Amino acid sequence: MDILDIADLHHIYRGHEGETIALAGVDLVVSEGEFVAVIGRNGSGKSTLAKHFNAILLPGGGRVLVAGLDTREEALLWSVRQMVGMVFQHPDNQIVATVVEEDVAFGPENLGVPTAEIIERVDASLRQVNMEDYRTHAPHLLSGGQKQRVAIAGILAMRPRLIVLDEATAMLDPIGRSEVMSTILRLNREEGMTAVLITHHMDEAVKANRVVVIDQGQVVLSGTPAEVFSQYKLLEALGLDVPVAAKLSILLAESGLPLPAHILTAEQLVDELCRLN
Amino acid sequence: MSMMQQITLGQYLPGKSVVHRLDPRTKLLMAFGFIMVLFIITAGWVEYGILGLAALLIIYTAKLPLGMVLRGLRPILIILSLTIVLHIFSTRTGTLLFRLWFLEVYSGGVNQGFLLAARLVLLVLSTSVLTLTTSPIALTDAIEFVLKPFKRIGLPAHELAMMMTIALRFIPTLIEEAERIMKAQLARGADFESGGLIKRAKSLLPLLVPLFISAFRRADELAMAMEARCYRGGDGRTKFKVLRYTKLDFYAWTCFVAVSALAFYVSYAL
Ligand SMILES: Nc1ncnc2c1ncn2[C@@H]1O[C@H](COP(=O)(O)OP(=O)(O)OP(=O)(O)O)[C@@H](O)[C@H]1O
Ligand SMILES: [Mg+2]
Repeated sequence: MDILDIADLHHIYRGHEGETIALAGVDLVVSEGEFVAVIGRNGSGKSTLAKHFNAILLPGGGRVLVAGLDTREEALLWSVRQMVGMVFQHPDNQIVATVVEEDVAFGPENLGVPTAEIIERVDASLRQVNMEDYRTHAPHLLSGGQKQRVAIAGILAMRPRLIVLDEATAMLDPIGRSEVMSTILRLNREEGMTAVLITHHMDEAVKANRVVVIDQGQVVLSGTPAEVFSQYKLLEALGLDVPVAAKLSILLAESGLPLPAHILTAEQLVDELCRLN
Repeated sequence: MSMMQQITLGQYLPGKSVVHRLDPRTKLLMAFGFIMVLFIITAGWVEYGILGLAALLIIYTAKLPLGMVLRGLRPILIILSLTIVLHIFSTRTGTLLFRLWFLEVYSGGVNQGFLLAARLVLLVLSTSVLTLTTSPIALTDAIEFVLKPFKRIGLPAHELAMMMTIALRFIPTLIEEAERIMKAQLARGADFESGGLIKRAKSLLPLLVPLFISAFRRADELAMAMEARCYRGGDGRTKFKVLRYTKLDFYAWTCFVAVSALAFYVSYAL
């Protein structure tokens, strides 16, 4: 069964200034073990979509199934939220407790997990994100990347089936970003954790199995990173960056160089160019 | 970090002493019990001497620097002197000591004033020892436990404890933010220091407005993050850190009962 099965999802925000159509018929399926990147310009509806994954928002039309459970069913709310963990943008605004280990324990405590098992889960989760040395630290003294790793540990401790990161690297410096990215990549590759990464950074998106492009509340493009970034004209028209290496290699190929079609990073491009000699 | 270093949160002084290792519930209830005893026994120097000695012994066992404990009295210095002065001039018992223009000072007034001041000092000392030897988290857990019985009459024990935790969590974050905004305003030529009280208060407005706006935004995001992590109030919630009484707590309560009994005996039987 697919972890996430979204069909014809609509969402309209109703505010003082009228209505905003944020989602206008999104179809999206995420299977077990996948690592999906979602990209799209500001206001395209990415966060709104993410909030439908764990029933923070409910469909205005269409449906969202999480491991087969319909998010509209009130009785299933807490099962859905347990299965879909979410890491938000601001590291500071999602840490609840005054000590790292207490914060990691927050989710399991809410789920009513017995104390002995909470202790085990806290240990394991902190190890999974390489933060076991910071157990008793105060969160406000950690770096941004460390705070986000604590947030990830707090979600892992709930034993979710899907982790969603909504621009979780946006507020971080390059070091913090690479810490969080390598953590999530390792969780996906080695432990088979399914992940959805919403990002503005194309160098992060190229690491996913699949890239989904959202614009004006609809999925406009979906495929492997190589497939998606080969459409650089469309992406640029949508106001998105294309990884420089990807664009350059396509332009070089168009002008006659025999380069393969799947180049995404500068290292790959350099390797291929060297091979031409 | 400058402001952060000035404010010692909850004044907790980590340590490994016997007093530190007591269950926070024991310490919370004892501090409360100490204050009750203080108010029930008749005011007298022997009674307060016994309680004061007990307090000093606890401070010594907890290895707290006496200077630091006494510094905790600074905020009540004005109240202390006011208490003493008022009693000296208003109580007219005992012998007339001297006359200052139209004010008459009696020995009873002096005695009464200093006794009440001693009671206040003991009251503050007991709460200082509690907060100096108990981490804020442990204290929060203890408060939640102690308030639980009052849930039936509608006291939201869990919610109060959660509010305390979140306040403790966000105070450093908000202080950092206040410093950042202040620096930004200073760089634009703001002046927080000069002028009278009203002008200074007014100059704080450009600091407070963005701080409040951001605090509300934080609260909003935190609420969503908590809901996403299945927070739904205190019902059905389990605990990561479970409070546990040890033999130490038994010994402590024994000492407490003994000291209180002695104070009551001196107060009422002699
Ligand atoms: N709470 C809200 N009330 C009203 N309108 C909203 C609300 N949240 C989002 N919107 C609107 O819905 C649309 C989609 O917003 P959303 O936050 O999902 O975009 P996004 O892709 O996450 O953007 P960003 O990259 O800036 O995070 C935008 O036009 C936005 O203004
Ligand atoms: Mg967003």
